[in-house]
Amino acid sequence: MRAAIERLNERAAAEGLLDVAYASADSPFGKLLLASTPKGLVRIGLPNQNADELLEELSRRVSPRVLEAPARLDEARRELDLYFDGKLDRFELPLDWRLSEGFRLRVLRAIARIPYGQTRNYTEMATSAGNERAVRAAGTACGRNPIPLVIPCHRVLRSGGGLGGYGGGLEMKRGLLELEGALNRSPSG
Amino acid sequence: MVSELPPFQVLIDEHAGDVMAVLRGAVGRGDADDCFQETFVAALRAYPKLKDAGNLRGWLLTIAHRKAIDHHRARGRRPLPLAQVPEVAVTDPEPGEEIWAKVWTLPPKQRAAVELRYGADLPHAEIAAALGCSTEAARRNLHEGIKRLREELA
Repeated sequence: MRAAIERLNERAAAEGLLDVAYASADSPFGKLLLASTPKGLVRIGLPNQNADELLEELSRRVSPRVLEAPARLDEARRELDLYFDGKLDRFELPLDWRLSEGFRLRVLRAIARIPYGQTRNYTEMATSAGNERAVRAAGTACGRNPIPLVIPCHRVLRSGGGLGGYGGGLEMKRGLLELEGALNRSPSG
Repeated sequence: MVSELPPFQVLIDEHAGDVMAVLRGAVGRGDADDCFQETFVAALRAYPKLKDAGNLRGWLLTIAHRKAIDHHRARGRRPLPLAQVPEVAVTDPEPGEEIWAKVWTLPPKQRAAVELRYGADLPHAEIAAALGCSTEAARRNLHEGIKRLREELA
């Protein structure tokens, strides 16, 4: 049965019927869910997020042709593994931005340009996106980031220096910043 | 509220085994895999436009049934070779391929009803949904099909 399903995935991809491919991936923080379209990586689910709900959301917002097809996510998995090993400071994966639009999309594109190991605050992100007063909206855009890690919303902190929030939990945000050497005063170095 | 289409993988996880079982019954083990591919590719193609997510299993099994018919047509309606059919096989809960070959000679609706009942273990109401007929008509087709098989195998 497994061979039959793998054959089906290949055939679906060849005939342009694999609109959303997904797979799980291990990380030091727990299991991630990766999803891509033919255009690129479209969604990453963090370990504390519900995978079933996330797949239902993709079915609704992208296409119900959602198949578990791990081979389609090999490249994403490879880059993420390198990143977690501290051996990759810039993702080269093609991304599919379709789950974001308008101001939120502009915020996310600004976040994508924050270099590895550096941090910015929400006000700076709002300004980069063209509206310096929309600090709260910039925070919401971070919170709804469909491709965390690769779009590094963990590098955005509160203006006073506080960590701010994170969809994957504050412990994970702190862990990512430590991995990147961005928390100078980290006690656990 | 119209029920939303679940991610297609859910259909594979829940129903691929049943689809394969029906196809093994309908076309034999050797060709079931090809029909399985055809069934799921066709389902995947049609899926986003499906209006009613109420009976996805019946919908898939209907497609599988049609693919089995296509398969037999492509082979020129050549019935599978029939050796001696042991009489006990009629009441055998796991009918062998000889019986299924005989099922293939039934009229289409009877054949479908028998395949769905004994290949996929569908209740009458789901057979009706898959065939697009009333429950009573499904029951009648099944009954007629079984009766005919008994007569032919007697």
